[in-house]
Amino acid sequence: MSELAEFLPRDRSWHPAAVPSAYRSTTYRSPRRPLVVVPQSIGELSSPVFGDTPLDPLDNDLIRNHATTGDAIGERIIVHGRVLDENARPVPGALIEIWQANAGGKYRHGNDKYMAALDPNFGGCGRVISDAEGRYSFRTIRPGPYPFPNDGCAWRPAHIHLSLFGHAFVQRLVTQLYFEGDPLIQRCVIVNTIKDPKAIDSLVAKLDMDGMQAFDCLAYRFDIVLRGRKATPFEEG
Amino acid sequence: MALKETPSQTAGPFVHIGTMPAIAGLKAKHPRPGNILARDGTLGERIRIEGAIYDGAGALVKDALVEIWQANANGQYGSNDFTGFGRAATDFETGLFFFETVKPGRTPHRDGRMQAPHVMLSIFARGINIHLQTRLYFSDEANAADPVLQLVGAPELVATLIAQRDASHPLYRFDIHLQGDRETVFFDF
Repeated sequence: MSELAEFLPRDRSWHPAAVPSAYRSTTYRSPRRPLVVVPQSIGELSSPVFGDTPLDPLDNDLIRNHATTGDAIGERIIVHGRVLDENARPVPGALIEIWQANAGGKYRHGNDKYMAALDPNFGGCGRVISDAEGRYSFRTIRPGPYPFPNDGCAWRPAHIHLSLFGHAFVQRLVTQLYFEGDPLIQRCVIVNTIKDPKAIDSLVAKLDMDGMQAFDCLAYRFDIVLRGRKATPFEEG
Repeated sequence: MALKETPSQTAGPFVHIGTMPAIAGLKAKHPRPGNILARDGTLGERIRIEGAIYDGAGALVKDALVEIWQANANGQYGSNDFTGFGRAATDFETGLFFFETVKPGRTPHRDGRMQAPHVMLSIFARGINIHLQTRLYFSDEANAADPVLQLVGAPELVATLIAQRDASHPLYRFDIHLQGDRETVFFDF
C-alpha cells in the first residue's frame, strides 16, 4: 500500500468538542473559529517511528518501575488489549505512554495539591509498544478517584491516561480509560464532554477474569482504535 | 469502517508524568524525546523557536505539552540523522516553551505543489478535550504560494501562523492564542 494512502476523516461528533462545557477548564481554552480542513500530505501521513524504541523491562510494570523499598500500594491489576485501526486491523509497533494517580488519587507531580499521600514506591509513569498482533499489556495499581475544583468540588472517576503514536501523524491520540462499574463515570464533567453514550462506553475497561493472574492481579481489557486508511481501489475491487 | 476511533480525552494538568517524566521530577532509564532536535552534524540552519500559549482571557497556559513534527533541511520526514519530532512543556513559571532545531526544507503538498517550510504543532493541556493542531511558518520565507496558507485565506488569519524572525539571531517567536481576537488557526486533517 502506498505510504500516501489517505486516512478516513476524523469523526469530530464522536470526539468531545473543543467548546465551553460544564468542564470549566474548557471556557478559555476552546477555539471559537471552525477548524480549517487540509488535505493529508507527507507530513500528516508520516510519523516519528517508536516501534524500535529501547524499553526497559520494567517500563510496563508500574507496580515496580519506580519502586525503591517494595511494591506500590493498591489493588494490583493488569490492563491489556489490542491496538486496532478503524478497519479492525492490528496496529503493531504503536507506542503507548501511560500516566496515572496512585491508589489514593494523588499524582507524583509538584502541581498536584490534593492532600492524599504520595506512595514512595509509585511513579505513575509507564510505556509499552504493541506487538505484531497489536497486543499490549501493562501491570499497575488501580488509581484512586480524586477531587478537583470545578464550580466547587468535582470528582474524577478512577482513570488511566494513555498517549498513542500509530504509523501516521493523523493517528495521534491522547485519551483516558475508566473502569467498569465505577459510579463516578456518569457524574464526571470531563467524561461528559463526550456526547454519545457508546463513545463513553468505549473508554470503559471491562473486568476480564480470564486474564487475571491467580493470587496476584485482576485484569481489565481495553482495546484502542486508531484512525484507519481509506479503502484503496484494489481493496474495493 | 468497522470500528470507531477511540474518543479523545484531555491530557490534563499532569501530562508531563507520562510524556516528559523528567519535567515532573521522575527519573527515567532511557531518554525521552525533548526540545533539542538539532545535534552535532545535523544538516541545515540552526534555529530556535520560542513562544507562549495564551488562553481566551489573556492568561498564560503554563501546563501545556507542545509537540512538533517537521522535515529535515532537505524536506524529508523521518530521516535517520534527524527524527524531526520534539516535545516541550510550557514553563511552570514563565509559560514559555522553546525548541532548538533546524529550519525544515520545502515538502510536497498532496496535489504536487510545493509547501513553504513549516513545522507541525500539536497542543495538549487541561481543558483541551482533543489536541489542537496547527502549523508554524517562517517570516523570512516565501509563504504566499503555500497551498495550505491559501486555504486559510484571510491575511489576518494567515498572520497567526507566521513565526517572526528576530533581526539579529536565528530565533523565531511563535505565540499561540487558544481563543479570542488573535485566535490561532487550527487544522483538521
